[in-house]
Amino acid sequence: MAEIVATNQTILVVGGGISGMTAALEAAECGKHVILVEKTPSIGGRIGQLYRYFPKLCHPTCGLEINLKRLRGNKNLRLLTMTEVADVQGQAGNYTVTLKTQPRFINENCTACGACGEAVKAEFADEHNYGLGKRKGAYLPNAMAYPQRYVLDPRIIGTADAEAAKAACKFNAIDLDMQVETKTLTVGAIIWATGWRPFDASKIQPYGYDRYPNVITSVEFERLADPHGPTGGKLLRPSDGKEAKNVAFIQCAGSRDRNYLKHCSRICCMASLKQATYVREKFADAGDVSIYYIDIRAIDRIDDFHQKVKADPKVKFIKSKVAKIEQDKVGNPVVHGVDTEGYTRYATAHDLVVLAIGMEPSVAANNFPIKVKVNESGFIEQDEANGAIFAAGCSSDALDVNRAVQSATASALRAIQVINRVAGTEG
Amino acid sequence: MADVKIGAYICKGCGIGERLDAKQMMQVASRDAKAHLVREHEFLCNAEGVQMIKNDIANEGVNRVAICACSRRSKTDAFNFEGVAITRGNIREGVIWVRPNTEEARETTQEMAEDYVRMAVIEAKFMTPPSKNTEAKYDRTILVVGGGVSGMTSAIEAAKAGYPVHIVEKASALGGNAANFLRRVPQKSPYANPEDSGVAGLIKAIQADSKIKVHLNSTITRTSGAPGRFAVDITTESGATATEHFGAIVQATGFHDYDANKLPELGYGKSPNVVTQLELEKMAKAANGAVLKTKDGKEIKSVVFVQCAGQRSSKEGHLPYCSGHCCSTSIKQAMYFKDQNPTIDTNVIYSDLRTPGTGGEEFYRSGQRKGVTFTKGVVSEVVNGSDGLDVKFKDLILNQDVVEKADLVVLATGMIANSGVNIDEVKQDEPGEWKSSPESVLNLSYRQGKDIPLLKHGFNDSHFICFPYETRRTGIYTTGPVRRPMDLLQAQEDATGAALKAIQSIESAAQGLAVHPRVGDLSFPSFRREGCTQCKRCTVECPFGAIDEDEQRFPVFNESRCRRCGTCMGACPVRVISFENYSVDTVGQQLKNINIPEEFEEKPRILVLACENDAYPALDMAAMRKIEYSAWARIIPVRCLGSVNLIWLTDALNSGYDGVVMMGCQKGENYQCHFVKGSEIAQVRMSKVDDTLKTLNLEVERVATYEVAITDIERAPRLINDMAEAVKKVGLSPFKF
Repeated sequence: MAEIVATNQTILVVGGGISGMTAALEAAECGKHVILVEKTPSIGGRIGQLYRYFPKLCHPTCGLEINLKRLRGNKNLRLLTMTEVADVQGQAGNYTVTLKTQPRFINENCTACGACGEAVKAEFADEHNYGLGKRKGAYLPNAMAYPQRYVLDPRIIGTADAEAAKAACKFNAIDLDMQVETKTLTVGAIIWATGWRPFDASKIQPYGYDRYPNVITSVEFERLADPHGPTGGKLLRPSDGKEAKNVAFIQCAGSRDRNYLKHCSRICCMASLKQATYVREKFADAGDVSIYYIDIRAIDRIDDFHQKVKADPKVKFIKSKVAKIEQDKVGNPVVHGVDTEGYTRYATAHDLVVLAIGMEPSVAANNFPIKVKVNESGFIEQDEANGAIFAAGCSSDALDVNRAVQSATASALRAIQVINRVAGTEG
Repeated sequence: MADVKIGAYICKGCGIGERLDAKQMMQVASRDAKAHLVREHEFLCNAEGVQMIKNDIANEGVNRVAICACSRRSKTDAFNFEGVAITRGNIREGVIWVRPNTEEARETTQEMAEDYVRMAVIEAKFMTPPSKNTEAKYDRTILVVGGGVSGMTSAIEAAKAGYPVHIVEKASALGGNAANFLRRVPQKSPYANPEDSGVAGLIKAIQADSKIKVHLNSTITRTSGAPGRFAVDITTESGATATEHFGAIVQATGFHDYDANKLPELGYGKSPNVVTQLELEKMAKAANGAVLKTKDGKEIKSVVFVQCAGQRSSKEGHLPYCSGHCCSTSIKQAMYFKDQNPTIDTNVIYSDLRTPGTGGEEFYRSGQRKGVTFTKGVVSEVVNGSDGLDVKFKDLILNQDVVEKADLVVLATGMIANSGVNIDEVKQDEPGEWKSSPESVLNLSYRQGKDIPLLKHGFNDSHFICFPYETRRTGIYTTGPVRRPMDLLQAQEDATGAALKAIQSIESAAQGLAVHPRVGDLSFPSFRREGCTQCKRCTVECPFGAIDEDEQRFPVFNESRCRRCGTCMGACPVRVISFENYSVDTVGQQLKNINIPEEFEEKPRILVLACENDAYPALDMAAMRKIEYSAWARIIPVRCLGSVNLIWLTDALNSGYDGVVMMGCQKGENYQCHFVKGSEIAQVRMSKVDDTLKTLNLEVERVATYEVAITDIERAPRLINDMAEAVKKVGLSPFKF
């Protein structure tokens, strides 16, 4: 690891998703010195795994490209991937942080030529595709990956594959002796942007996510729609590869439920409305969508999008909390429940069921490296007791991308206020 | 500026050396393109290769560096040299990765690479490292327009970071709409009860802050200038005007309540006991904890809240959007009654109850615990009944029509943005005749109009999901309900972010740096006044309203308002506008200097102008997947399709190109162009290309314009191949000399 300069006028941003990237860039573009750490080998986070954004149906990688360009051109910003924060001590204006960097086994010499990927035989579940599909043991995490540098999966280290990768590299980029590195730095403020993770769908026992192959989550469905995804953008259901033309979306899968997540995850309604358009776009009139919902929360001006989807006769809205899902003989998931508008029971078979899965904070309340105040759902509260640790994006609440970026921008200012105070330039 | 000295560097790594003849490319660079110094390297991006270039810059006086290696999107950390102009010849993603490694393809692949080498050197020759904008000024003071919660928050947060702030407020006191609130929806765990509105606290903080100056009873009668040097006339009610100077502006002019008189069917105006949420808030505030009574002094035993009153409706005069806060607000207001007397009936009739996040859902649950009733239904009518009001609605759960009695009916009406004038409808005054308008918020002297362009439904939100603060007026950021309906918590978060953007704009303007999306770009448009015909196309087409006109109608560029998209350059019919690092020549000379094979060689040439943010990366990613495309293509990335000057097309066609493909972003309602109008403007301009083609006696099939997204990794190469096919059909261009 090259020398890192950090002082109590440095801002540490934890997490390289859209919120962390934004917070880091916004602060750096105000002239502040920023260190951005990301746990995985490349930045972009969950938005890099989305096919389209609601309500514009534009592609997240478009904004990501702009952000990557901002990042590449900014000398105030230092990015450390495969790095986690192991410890934080101190107080506002003076924190000592310990960073732990996992070995990538590939150094800066890498040109992303791909020779190592071709040489390695072992394959592993592809994280970028939520495990749908495989990737090699030497891989570029995705086509937009930044840094644009390959990674060796630690599971191939010590195997013939690792040697094969090393032999294939003409640029001396593979270093099989790379070790975990630990570094201690001083920073003045910390922006916590560790984001969210999808709620574990297998915990919702009546929905059978762990039992029925054709019950998947919304984040997985997003990968199916993506031309970069495991099916090349075809909506194929997992059990038999059949086209999923009749798709059910189950809202509040995990959310707004005392047994799972008490909070509303905010994005899932819009996400399902968006995904409904994927089905209709791919199959035209052969596509059928059913959305089982409690309330459609298409808040503020994006309600336009809800109205537009609602006007589509091939998209049905059923006000109902689905009671259970079973599977029929041909592998179709059958959705059971009561339509509360008129109280009629239904048992409807679909090709595929998509659980609009809830968001929970990536870092559990008891796993923070320093004490922070969280609410009952584990999201960080804005509180003076947190000193100069500021939450950005989905570590503060279940937010859509637009609101997460607002939150990140606000957190950048909060951090700058501390830094300027330390520097004595606030007056 | 020292003499131009071009160093061209040919990388042989990543298989380039095996697939291509590097010596030949070196000859092209020196002999054809006249690079002053040409070197090859086995592995240019490694420390030694980079050092070699650095040495040439330091010792050989190289000030233009043409890197012929991978795509301009790769290895940017390595190929990053201060004070010189850098160009990239893309012979990896652009050549060897998109061409088959076969004997028969070898020659055309080599030609492709040689052309990219030539183009990189020529581009470098016509490029200058940008010098600093001499107009740059550093004014750290921020103007906040509007003294409601959003404006006060922006002011306090900016001042906390050390920036002086002026607040201009039309009313006689700070506080805005929220000053009428008895309490607000809770913002912290356990989200159970309404809490202090926080307005008094904000006012107190402002009064105590020596960095914040407040102008009450005041409006803005003129705003001119640019980031770093705004001059703003602040006029008091009495007509006294003072001109103040600011570095950036935050517009936090908030909202006003929808006119409930448009809802007679819901009883408004027919009974004094039908009120809006905002009116109930005023009643509650006036009562200050005392028991709330009806207007005629009766005890209130039942209250019905009608959600989405005149909102989320396509009916004439109704608001099509959702105001976002009203569900939580009704819960809060129902609690005003329930907390006083749990026996009062409160029924919230809704279609979708929208209480997102942790706070929203917890508060909803708290309402249920307190006995607030929630009914999914649609209210059709509110009328004066025998004993109070009759609320007629369809209960959607019971699927039946119901009449419910109520002593008070509260209508959840929507927010309407105080966004000033719609500049699409109200044109700017002609230069020399400019007058201030009382309807305008900012009274901009800008050529394109007095206020910020609206996005939708009267709100001036950003169109970009990833970039929520992007307005179309540089250095002026909107925040709070003027840009999107929002609740207090969101408004405060939003206002804090807007303050940061204002600070960032100030710091960038001071150094002459561009802001989003070409952050840090030091170049700015310069123009040759002698050649200008005062046609005004640049002032009209600039997506950011950056260009004004002087009294003689010459353009005035206002450098720090410019986002460097080059739309003005594309618009200029006499080609007098250029940037130091991007000009009619940097692109035009590239395409004119490639070798057009003689007709008998049967090797067509296709010029591809690709948006650097979407189409170009899509082609790069196609290359990473080794998706092949025609060897006839020569791709030039452009900042935006809006920057494409027709002369490039005419020159290309005249010099014997067989086809031209332009790839820009999606236009229309859901446009994806980050320069807003670039791709749309380009399409309009290109509609005239058919005439050009006809004049030249060429087939219209030779020019094609497409919308290409960054995900079009298979489609983008296919579009190039389609053009190759089209050329095959119509034959080679007759303009090959």
